[in-house]
Amino acid sequence: MKQDEINLEINPALARKILTGFIRSETSRVGFERAVVGLSGGVDSSLTCALAAEALGPENVMAVRMPYTTSSPDSLEHAGLVIEMTGVQEVTLPISEAADALIGAIPEDQQVRRGNIMARMRMIVLYDQSAEFHGLVIGTGNKTEKLLGYTTQFGDAASAISPLGDLYKTQVRPLAVEMGVPEVILEKPPSADLWIGQTDEGELGFTYEEVDKLLYLLVDRRHSPDDCVDAGFDRGFVENVSELMRRNHFKRVMPPIAKLSNRTIGYDFLYMRDWGT
Amino acid sequence: MIRLAIAQIDTVLGDVEANLETHMARIDEAVQAKADLVVFPELSLTGYALQDLTAAVARRPMADDPVFQTLLTASQRTDLLVGFVEHDKRHRIYNSAAYLSQGEILSVHRKVYLPTYGLFDESRFFAWGDSIRAFNTRFGRLGVLICEDFWHASPPYLLWLDGADILLFISASPGRGLDAEQTLESARWVEHVAQAYASLFTTFVTNVGRVGFEDGLGFWGGSVVFDPHGELLARGPYHEESLFVVELDLQQLNRARTRLPLLRDERTDLVQRELLRIRHSGLPESGKRPE
Repeated sequence: MKQDEINLEINPALARKILTGFIRSETSRVGFERAVVGLSGGVDSSLTCALAAEALGPENVMAVRMPYTTSSPDSLEHAGLVIEMTGVQEVTLPISEAADALIGAIPEDQQVRRGNIMARMRMIVLYDQSAEFHGLVIGTGNKTEKLLGYTTQFGDAASAISPLGDLYKTQVRPLAVEMGVPEVILEKPPSADLWIGQTDEGELGFTYEEVDKLLYLLVDRRHSPDDCVDAGFDRGFVENVSELMRRNHFKRVMPPIAKLSNRTIGYDFLYMRDWGT
Repeated sequence: MIRLAIAQIDTVLGDVEANLETHMARIDEAVQAKADLVVFPELSLTGYALQDLTAAVARRPMADDPVFQTLLTASQRTDLLVGFVEHDKRHRIYNSAAYLSQGEILSVHRKVYLPTYGLFDESRFFAWGDSIRAFNTRFGRLGVLICEDFWHASPPYLLWLDGADILLFISASPGRGLDAEQTLESARWVEHVAQAYASLFTTFVTNVGRVGFEDGLGFWGGSVVFDPHGELLARGPYHEESLFVVELDLQQLNRARTRLPLLRDERTDLVQRELLRIRHSGLPESGKRPE
């Protein structure tokens, strides 16, 4: 196996067609006409907002900005650019006060706990906005972060549908370019912006470019970890990524139900969510 | 000359009544366009990813079934090929396609190859069909296959030998394989093989796909019709509903087979001899399915 088997190129126009169709279909068939998107000012949420606006009409999309005290002021500003560009509706609801009621009791050095509270507080705000605006919550997560488990369960991972969930981080970018996401957003280092100076790549310890290639071989091409080492990936890196995927699988599935009866949800009670629609 | 209407529709998952309405609306349109035959996609009356809905939407293709009664009446106006879930007398359930003409059911094909790998789980819910037969219609002899059936080379080959001059393939194939190309890898694959069968068998080949979504599965449409020279006659839009009519000039069969007498020269006895040999060879590397 060679590195040249790796092909992360996408046709952005085709992805745009499919994903806007998906958002339209999966929103309308559950009885909604509108959507709610948490807009951080990063690439993923900017792209999701643009796709939702195209799919449903900008007047039917509510972009929710949810800054915390330590959030970068750039985030709010970049989200503003996307709101302006797409013409979606907008509400800014700072989470600082609500989050601090819980975060106050957590030592400052426990950044992950504090970050998780922020992510889950945003989930609460989004689902409340869903009720207020009668909009379906559109997730913004991508395939890379889902596979690595670089998400907060019931936080940013919570949504009704996930249009970007089968695109690696490096594939999100060309689609974001296609949709006209502003250059300044495309150029900045990806960050969950949960604490000052946090970057995804800094926290993960590798770049998206590297890890997407590896994930593509492991997942899409079904290669073994040994194959990937043969292809030139560092063994420690391959093992680390494989273990992250395995360990975080719980975030990608529904909680297992203990089987007792002859027919159990998830095992032998099987229906698509689009059942009857 | 046959006027073939391709009904590239979306479906409601598990709602036969709603899908029947879609069929009737499309049939009206096709009749207005003077179509002789309207072809709907795989499982057009039920939707695709039925899972535990499979048994609930199953029907007998008989005149006393209200859905088939409606379709049989409609078949007085134009011939129809529809996809449905079939319930047999012994309560086995098949992924089937029925050909209706002038108030009669001329043929029911039960899907022979049920994909059960990757994202597919068909043999969990369906019984395997067990025959591949061409059948006579007022337009000549036709053959019907359902999606995975034509991913195997032998069913189209058998229909060709059995006299089918028009191969009607119907599909509900979830799109997959996004790369830099203009269309999905799955769409390219299906078009390649449909074109290859038209070329190899000097016959008309059409594949009718569906559109829409079932959860995250998106169906790409892109129905195609190839002539007996392997040339593309028409292609439906990708990812959008459509009804379009294609004229098939049956005289092309004559010209194609004069130019390229592959059917004349086909050596079926040799094929049978070698198949029997392979079947009885006991060689582990043979393609024989273990029994």
